[in-house]
Amino acid sequence: MSLISCKEISKIYKMGEVKIKALNNISLEISKSQFISFIGPSGSGKTTMLNLFGVLDKPTSGILKVIDTDISKLNYVERAKFRGEHLGFIFQNFNLIPVLTVFENVEYPLIMVKSIPPKERKEKVLSLLDEVGMLDQKDKLINQISGGQKQRAAIARALTTDPKIVLADEPTANLDHKSAFKVMSLMRKLSHEIGTTFIFSTHDPKIVQEVDIIYTIEDGVLVNREKRSKK
Amino acid sequence: MNNIIKIAFRNLYRQKRRTFLTMGIVAFGVLAVLLFSATADSFKNLIIGEITDSMLGHIQIHKKGFVGALDNLPLDKSLNAKQLKTVEKTLDAIPEIEGYSYRILFGGMVSNYLESTSAKFSAIIPAKEDVVVPLLKDRLKKGKFLQKGEVLLPELITKGFDAKIGDDIVLVATNNDGSVNGQPFKISGIMESVMGPTGKYGYVHFDDARSLLRMDKIQVSEIAIRLKDFNDMKKVYSTLNEKLGATLNEKGNPVFEVHTWEELSPFYNIATMIDLMALFIQVILIGIVLVSIMNVMIMAVYERTKEIGAISAMGTLPSKIRLMFLFEGLFLGVFGSIIGVIVSIFAIFIVNISNITVAFGRNSNILLQPEISLSQIGITTLIVIFVAIIAVLEPAFKASKLEPIEALRQN
Ligand SMILES: Nc1ncnc2c1ncn2[C@@H]1O[C@H](COP(=O)(O)OP(=O)(O)OP(=O)(O)O)[C@@H](O)[C@H]1O
Ligand SMILES: [Mg+2]
Repeated sequence: MSLISCKEISKIYKMGEVKIKALNNISLEISKSQFISFIGPSGSGKTTMLNLFGVLDKPTSGILKVIDTDISKLNYVERAKFRGEHLGFIFQNFNLIPVLTVFENVEYPLIMVKSIPPKERKEKVLSLLDEVGMLDQKDKLINQISGGQKQRAAIARALTTDPKIVLADEPTANLDHKSAFKVMSLMRKLSHEIGTTFIFSTHDPKIVQEVDIIYTIEDGVLVNREKRSKK
Repeated sequence: MNNIIKIAFRNLYRQKRRTFLTMGIVAFGVLAVLLFSATADSFKNLIIGEITDSMLGHIQIHKKGFVGALDNLPLDKSLNAKQLKTVEKTLDAIPEIEGYSYRILFGGMVSNYLESTSAKFSAIIPAKEDVVVPLLKDRLKKGKFLQKGEVLLPELITKGFDAKIGDDIVLVATNNDGSVNGQPFKISGIMESVMGPTGKYGYVHFDDARSLLRMDKIQVSEIAIRLKDFNDMKKVYSTLNEKLGATLNEKGNPVFEVHTWEELSPFYNIATMIDLMALFIQVILIGIVLVSIMNVMIMAVYERTKEIGAISAMGTLPSKIRLMFLFEGLFLGVFGSIIGVIVSIFAIFIVNISNITVAFGRNSNILLQPEISLSQIGITTLIVIFVAIIAVLEPAFKASKLEPIEALRQN
């Protein structure tokens, strides 16, 4: 069963007269509980790809189904609901809400996106914070923790709603090598433990270790699909 | 909802200085409105009270055409016994009326046997006037109040005219039939002038005027009415107009004319001006609230574009994003007005204990005793809150409509 299915999708940006073909005729299938990486140089189309998977954008042509839903048929509000229901996001610059504590940030989607009762909410948040090793930092505000800690909090936040897919566009680009590696192994561990598919992008081949599948894109074209053996 | 409010609060707190500055501006606007309206109202009500309670009464009835000819005081435009009966019947049937009094207004010469000067007089029945214009007695500057055979001179003619309390003078006046008659009076007091049509008149007793003017039958130039509650004026006025306006003479013209103090006193225009100024200040307040709140909220949306992009990507519905910003704007308005109201109450208290007096017309020391009315506080607060919501609508909608990809890309 595939979570994401792309059939010949292209994405063209129009900038006045100029047309930029960011993605060119891409077909692929992504299935459940995998740790997947998109790798490619700057401008190759990774962000564009992940935005499409994340139901933040629509393809110019081709058919994109996310969890069996044709996303080009959804309007603005339906897309927001869909994202809240099925997807989790991790951003390059964390994008945690600065006025909330670590705990409140992780709790946020459970209140604002889904309505989960307080007791259940608390248990869920605490167990996730434990999972990402941030339990002792839970009452700190965002500007009181390090980059690596922020990204771990963000991973916990992305997982609170039990999404089927977590999308992470360059999640390690703002981290030092050690923190980056920690974040990578945490995501890998969680993808197999919780059964969530993690899709992340990077331009740094060094951090891509022990992923299930590596897609390489160049100039909007899928040039390689490398399947690695599961541990 | 709680969480939206929490986030709104924290965001306001995040920009402490900006938030307090904005609330301060709103509070200042509220202070200006409340302080002005409380002070202006106190001044206005004081003057209105003085005019109505010491001279005019609340409503007056005359023979048709009398008010227009007030400068000549035509005796032939007085109400006769039959007409008075009609009026009495009408007035006695209106429960809102506290009392009414008859007056004869006339002009004449005052002579102290050495020199003479012209003056206008109102002939009154003191006991009745006590009910209709209870502050009339307070206008007595010197001497004592009126009895038969006595005259109260207006303070104006005592300047440059030798007249002391207890002196004998002669009043000379033209009668109904055009002949002239004189009668001796004793000066019993000097009356302070007030603003308005009969504010500089002297006073004599009603019966004395009848004999001076040789009226063998009763004649009345003016009927002054006092209401139990000043606020019933419009209602009673229209009842009177309806009842008395229907009384026509043989020629088919109305016999009576009814006026409220507003139509009789020039101060009404000043009062209207004061109200208009209060309105202007409210408009300014609206402008202040609108601009300051819109300004900070536009700034807030701009600063937090990335954050909005992130929560929007995570699936927060536009309506919730909108609410977050709406609450922020609302809180700026609500807390700004609360601060404003508290400061205003304090400021008005200060004005009250510092006994500030102002001069107006011939009144040199009107003591300002501003009183803040709950309704004024309520209206002002509601205006501020309403305007705050209007001001934040545009930024809030803008925030809720941001495309997450675009918003996230912003640096
Ligand atoms: N909104 C846009 N409007 C116009 N062109 C765009 C837009 N977004 C991306 N592009 C172009 O599409 C191409 C792919 O961009 P994309 O951001 O997907 O690359 P990327 O692989 O994420 O690069 P990076 O590693 O620098 O983040 C680039 O040529 C980029 O300039
Ligand atoms: Mg990118």
